[in-house]
Amino acid sequence: MTSVPSVVIVDDHAIFRAGVRAELADRVAVLGEAESVEEAVRAIAELEPDVVLLDVHMPGGGGVEVIEQVAKQRPQQRFLALSVSDDPQDVIAIVRAGARGYVTKTITGEELADGVRRVRDGDAVFSPRLAGFVLDAFAGDLPAEEVDPELDQLTAREREVLRQIARGYLYKEIALRLHISVKTVEAHVSSVLRKLQLSNRHELSRWAVSRRLVD
Amino acid sequence: MRRPDSSALGAGISILALGALLLLQDKEVIDFEPGWFLAALTALVGMALASRSLPGAEPAARTAPEREAERLSGAGLLVGVILGAGLFFAWAKGALADAGDVALAALVVTVALGLISAPFWWSMARRLGAERMARVRSQERAEVAAHLHDSVLQTLALMQKRAGDPDEVAKLARRQERELRSWLAGEEPPRPGERLADALEAVAADVEEHHGAQVEAVVVGDAPLDERREALVAASKEALTNAAKFAADGGEVRLYAEIDESGAKVFVDDRGPGFDLDSIPDDRRGVRESIIGRMKRHGGHAKIRSGPDRGTEIELSLPGGRA
Repeated sequence: MTSVPSVVIVDDHAIFRAGVRAELADRVAVLGEAESVEEAVRAIAELEPDVVLLDVHMPGGGGVEVIEQVAKQRPQQRFLALSVSDDPQDVIAIVRAGARGYVTKTITGEELADGVRRVRDGDAVFSPRLAGFVLDAFAGDLPAEEVDPELDQLTAREREVLRQIARGYLYKEIALRLHISVKTVEAHVSSVLRKLQLSNRHELSRWAVSRRLVD
Repeated sequence: MRRPDSSALGAGISILALGALLLLQDKEVIDFEPGWFLAALTALVGMALASRSLPGAEPAARTAPEREAERLSGAGLLVGVILGAGLFFAWAKGALADAGDVALAALVVTVALGLISAPFWWSMARRLGAERMARVRSQERAEVAAHLHDSVLQTLALMQKRAGDPDEVAKLARRQERELRSWLAGEEPPRPGERLADALEAVAADVEEHHGAQVEAVVVGDAPLDERREALVAASKEALTNAAKFAADGGEVRLYAEIDESGAKVFVDDRGPGFDLDSIPDDRRGVRESIIGRMKRHGGHAKIRSGPDRGTEIELSLPGGRA
């Protein structure tokens, strides 16, 4: 699909919504905005956007609540989390709730539009910091009997891709650097996202709590 | 605030007074007909209980401490009744006559008085506690306000004045963001003098502050600082400074570090014009000496990849596990 993706922006700060709308102007069709959980649930059901740009922190439950309520009616709805918070607990929580990626609010309009398109197409979007979190959370070896290798471990290739993202390289640059196709890079990231969402690895939650730092 | 249940207090005290009078009568200090005491006692207790259930005696809304004080004073009343009855019973049995234990009776009276007046002291203590809490809270609010005023508001004012200089505005905003984040994180301040991860992040912030480039740092894992790791931090700082100076105008510089059992690796990447390592100009001697040389001296090594149009990557590695 190459058409212009459509989004609904969910954030309780009007200034920020206006800023995102302006930045996305020509690249993405902004169907609507919402500033609370109920408003978001209603707007998403009515406007049926390709992607919901979702703030992590909002009064009345935040982004996680929006995902949970929308999923009941529209399980196929795709979300991209957008936040100033770099708190690992928030990030891990929203990704595990079902967001297909997480980017920080300082991202450029071009990169954000790129992320929206990627999420619409079913791929995952990791910011450098999220990639760092995942590498940290999946670090260390577990006793073999506790590990479901399908979900609880990253492959060497996945690690390498995450490392490149953490270093700030874009998917197409990573493809060049690792001599693989962009499609393969996307497949690796999607596979990491799946592990992040489904792994029972107990380190994940413990790690997120132990690293409760804002930056 | 209303005195907690004065009727219960009155009933308790009158019962005790009656008990004491009975005792005195028994000791033949004063002379009364015991039947009068019984009648008076019953009447007083009855009055006290009645006044408690009168409509209007119940205040419409009670605060939690008041409700608890009421419960306590109810208990005080009960104890007073039991003690009074006990004293009466003892007197009737004539047990107090030969025991001569005025001391015991006095003790009983004291304890009972304490119990009856407990709600009063208790509510007083609660009131003082609540006042102190309110004071602490308003102090905290004043501190937050003062902090925001000194930091965020000042920075916003400065940004309005410099609105014509986008680089300067971006720099101010980032510095303020960093400062606010670390203030919000609060509980555990970074320890750049002790931990490798904190030291690397501090160096990234420092370079950003002084060289006008955006420096993003992502650090995975951590280890305590020692002499060799300090050298790694110093070499990282040199690499960052170098990248920031030559990065495309206001460009982004990235630091990524991975620290685990097998050692520490630091990557510094920029999208600047790049350069040819073999023809390092004189003003870039820093690269050879402070980066490559320093890493070698401490048992690590540095790899530099650079070329026109592809920016520069510097990879520093230091073998050795967590100390």
